[in-house]
Amino acid sequence: MPPRRIPALTLSAALVTVTLAGCGSGADRHSTDALTVGLVAEPATLDFSTTDGAAIPQALLGNVYEGLVRIDQQGRIQPGLAKSYDRSADGRTYTFHLRNNVKFTNGKAFTADDAVFSINRVRTVWKLKIAQQMDDVRSATKVDADTVKVTLKRPSNNWLYSMTTRIGAMYSRDGVSDLKEHPVGTGPFEVESWQRGDSLVLKRNTGYWGARPALDTVTLKYFKDSGALNNAMLAGDINVLGAVQAPETLSLFKDKSRFQVIDGSSTSEVVLSMNNSRKPFQDKRVRQAVRYAIDHEALLKTTRAGRGTLIGSQESPSDPWYAGASNRYPYDPAKAKRLLKEAGAEGTSIRMRIPNLPYAVSAAQVVQDQLAQVGLKVRIEPLEFPARWLSEVFDKADYDMSIIAHAEPRDQWIFADPHYYFRYDNPAYARLLQKADAGSPQEASADYRRALKLLSQDAAADWLYLVPNLMVADKSLRGLPVNQVGEGLEFAGVRWSGK
Amino acid sequence: MSHVVRRTATLLVSVVVASFVVFAFLAVLPGNAAEVALGTNATPAAVARLSREFGTDRPLLVQYADWAQGLLHGDFGTSYVTHEAIGPRIANRFAVTVWLVAGGMLVALLLALPAGVLAAAWHRTGRGALLSGLSQVGIAVPAFLAGILLVYAFAVRVGALPAGGYTPLAEDPQDWARHLVLPWLSLGLVQGAVLTRYVRSALLSVQRQDFMRTARAKGVRRWAALCRHGLPNAAIPVVTVLGLQLSNLLVGAIVVERVFVIPGLGDLLLRGVQDRDLLLVQGVVVVLVVAVLVVNLVTDLLYRVLDPRLRSR
Repeated sequence: MPPRRIPALTLSAALVTVTLAGCGSGADRHSTDALTVGLVAEPATLDFSTTDGAAIPQALLGNVYEGLVRIDQQGRIQPGLAKSYDRSADGRTYTFHLRNNVKFTNGKAFTADDAVFSINRVRTVWKLKIAQQMDDVRSATKVDADTVKVTLKRPSNNWLYSMTTRIGAMYSRDGVSDLKEHPVGTGPFEVESWQRGDSLVLKRNTGYWGARPALDTVTLKYFKDSGALNNAMLAGDINVLGAVQAPETLSLFKDKSRFQVIDGSSTSEVVLSMNNSRKPFQDKRVRQAVRYAIDHEALLKTTRAGRGTLIGSQESPSDPWYAGASNRYPYDPAKAKRLLKEAGAEGTSIRMRIPNLPYAVSAAQVVQDQLAQVGLKVRIEPLEFPARWLSEVFDKADYDMSIIAHAEPRDQWIFADPHYYFRYDNPAYARLLQKADAGSPQEASADYRRALKLLSQDAAADWLYLVPNLMVADKSLRGLPVNQVGEGLEFAGVRWSGK
Repeated sequence: MSHVVRRTATLLVSVVVASFVVFAFLAVLPGNAAEVALGTNATPAAVARLSREFGTDRPLLVQYADWAQGLLHGDFGTSYVTHEAIGPRIANRFAVTVWLVAGGMLVALLLALPAGVLAAAWHRTGRGALLSGLSQVGIAVPAFLAGILLVYAFAVRVGALPAGGYTPLAEDPQDWARHLVLPWLSLGLVQGAVLTRYVRSALLSVQRQDFMRTARAKGVRRWAALCRHGLPNAAIPVVTVLGLQLSNLLVGAIVVERVFVIPGLGDLLLRGVQDRDLLLVQGVVVVLVVAVLVVNLVTDLLYRVLDPRLRSR
């Protein structure tokens, strides 16, 4: 699943707390049962079945909505509203055994009928392309009040995974009339109020089936300006800065007695795309030359203060098949020049059309500089994001090169669709992905690894880095998710320590 | 009477022209609401379907006529992206911006009147030069920079006031005021500095008038003469600037709203443009145009109140 309005930077941790001193005050202005989190992108509506944007599942998934299965911090699929599930030997049938003590916040019990309703609803009501993942479903049927059987048209590991994302959210049959403003779910929290342009307040769901959350209310405050977001954290108006926009601003928060810095991994790959259908990037050697010509470590240091993970294919550390450094290209400008010469592409002019987002602009300048050293002339054109970039680059593929973060987890399929803006058309890659999807979960990892290696060797694109999941939090907060693995920023396990 | 008719006609024509220009401009901008709503989940078929649903696939003039007709019935239409009624949404945001601008203007006046009078009275003295210098500095500082500095000083260092955000007046008046103090100051200090210069120069030119000399000759003390005879006569140029400043503030508030995370009209406008939410942008523009024209109208009427010579015209 594709790029995103703003890298869905969410959580992370590793409690890398930094040095000392600085300006004080404002802290400890909190009560032990309330939390205020500062975020950047605001939801347009509260209904992710009809409106795109990472902000909606970020706020609601795992907090207000839950699925039959969920994803854990290590990227493994775990039971959710289904206490267990069986996969048939041929991989075509999943039987979910539902918990029987679950209630929606509208008071109705969660039953097999709701599960069937929710699965079918994706195919009828959802407008977004991600809903196509449900096209694999032949039928969803109720076996008894606590059991649901889903039959697929073909075996699919991905389908089960997709059930942990927003398309797997469970809705009440009687609770979908006003989802844009009043979501109804089974999660540990429910929406208390929503002040557009300002904040979304979640309150504890008193009838929650699972462990009681420590927090009574969670306020998500949205800031359009990252300076204002930093100030709010410094002033103690918010307890968590949910998305550090520029790692160099971390020095503002070096007062260890007040702040902790959380630095984990995300699923957001910053991709340097090359239009595979256009000269000079039709030629694999030119694409490979670009990958050799870029000093990724220097780029990460210059543009992200060294925070983030270097990757070499469309993968992140929470994927079970993550291959780490082995897919990367070493920095080798001499080899890059040789490849360009072979391809007769020396001195080619390239139009790099990027979104006018800070991370893309700063990365583009480094790439421009490094490609100039091997003889490629890059002209940078920043386009207004989202409207203009989406229209011209994403929808019409009118570009040579671009840079954007593809935030969605497990989005390897974007390279399997020849109409996607990369215009990468390699049936072998698509076949490998299909095979991985259909095989047993054990075989799947090996096949994914092969597919991602092929993608890297083919230089379908270059991967600049994986966005760090960088947050700043009040020192006495515990239980914030370290890694951004799924789509939701979950607060059920967050608590204040010693207060 | 004919004056009022003429002003109203001007207002109507301005609204039509402004809204049509915005409409046409947004229509030729690359990108449309359906593409933005679907984001990276767009397929050509989905974009076409959603455009049909929004009605943005129709000819521009048809869309405009449709919107204008709704507006005549007081209906601002429904937002493409959020599916909300636009009228109430603008009304909510407008109320926030009005508080912001009114408070900022009040701060400016409270600052500029005494400072301007003093600067005029201390004309050609060290103290006067100091005041002039200070106001010059104030003019040079943009409101957003003043905002950032104020936040750093009072919210981050002292921690006495929130760094940003907004609480509706009806919800908690005290919290409402706490959130608005810094935005008021950052708008008011800068505009106040500008206004100070005008008050000073208007008073200075009045001071040279014969009637001032007559008043002084009749034994009225300098300060009293300045306040009783000087100020009313200096009012017209000051009111003119005030009207212009108010219009500036309405638009300038956009930046301050961003710095202080205030959900006002400016924030709504920026969001609308970003989402290519045509009708929303149109609605906000109409409200802004009308507000600016009303301010001009009131300024105009004030001249007549202030200057009896204009009433006969």
